Amino acid sequence: MHVTVLIRPKTGILDPQGEAVQASLATLGFAVTGARVGRLVELELDARDRASAHADVERMCSELLANPLIESFEILTADA
Amino acid sequence: MTDPRPRIAVVTFPGSNDDGDARLALDLLGAEAVATWHTATELPAGIAGVVLPGGFSYGDYLRCGALARVAPVMDAIRSFAADGGPVLGICNGFQILCEAGLLPGVLRANRQVEFVCADVEVTVESTATPFTRDCRPGETLVIPIKHGEGNWVADDALFADVVARGQVVLRYATDVNGSRDRVAGVASEDGNVLGLMPHPEHAVDPLLGPTGGLPLLHGLVTAARERLAAPV
Repeated sequence: MHVTVLIRPKTGILDPQGEAVQASLATLGFAVTGARVGRLVELELDARDRASAHADVERMCSELLANPLIESFEILTADA
Repeated sequence: MTDPRPRIAVVTFPGSNDDGDARLALDLLGAEAVATWHTATELPAGIAGVVLPGGFSYGDYLRCGALARVAPVMDAIRSFAADGGPVLGICNGFQILCEAGLLPGVLRANRQVEFVCADVEVTVESTATPFTRDCRPGETLVIPIKHGEGNWVADDALFADVVARGQVVLRYATDVNGSRDRVAGVASEDGNVLGLMPHPEHAVDPLLGPTGGLPLLHGLVTAARERLAAPV
């Protein structure tokens, strides 16, 4: 099963990378009023069904993929 | 000197690069530095202190320190710390200890999005740790920093707890990286685990510059020696 995890800097957490990207976009003449940079993780896993895959990936996020102090995550499972 | 040379493990992860300097500094201060590989499932025999050195473990992939914290050796270090053993995390070692949950908060990209490399003044905020007990409260130490991700972050609730418990041990005299309240180093609640972004192992020999790292490492060596002497 293919699972995509989106990891984002939490709301309210300063994102220096996003600010730098925004500044560079402004240099190129784009009118961007905000930019946040996160991370995307694509996973392939053997799972019985969507629910168990989701549960497994949620644990992966809590234990390693995201740091709850600064990041939120969103799990997207494709239809089997 | 008749005191025993306490054995202090310096852990090398793939991408650590200050492990050699850490071993040299510990040897200089009267310890026996023991090179320890990240795959070890136990600390070497007779270890009385641990240093997690600076560098870029696992290429800083995912988040700084995130992959190192699942290395086999970390279970042994967790047990050693829980038993009161002194553990010092320097730079990447600090990042690893935060990711491992042994220290509060997390290190993120510097506010200015620049790698900083400079000798900086840090103020000793707490002398209630083995690492700072040779210092005076408020004493200024000059120690180099060299990092791109040393911006210590904690939310309001966590930060209030950390301050209330006296876990802020070192502060930069001036803001160098956006770190909350200029925090340069924090300790565990019991004080036996310390993480800091400045590099004490690079500041032990006047030939090479400032020597602000001496009291911190001396404190570690003393704590290790006392641990050996303590009845089991």
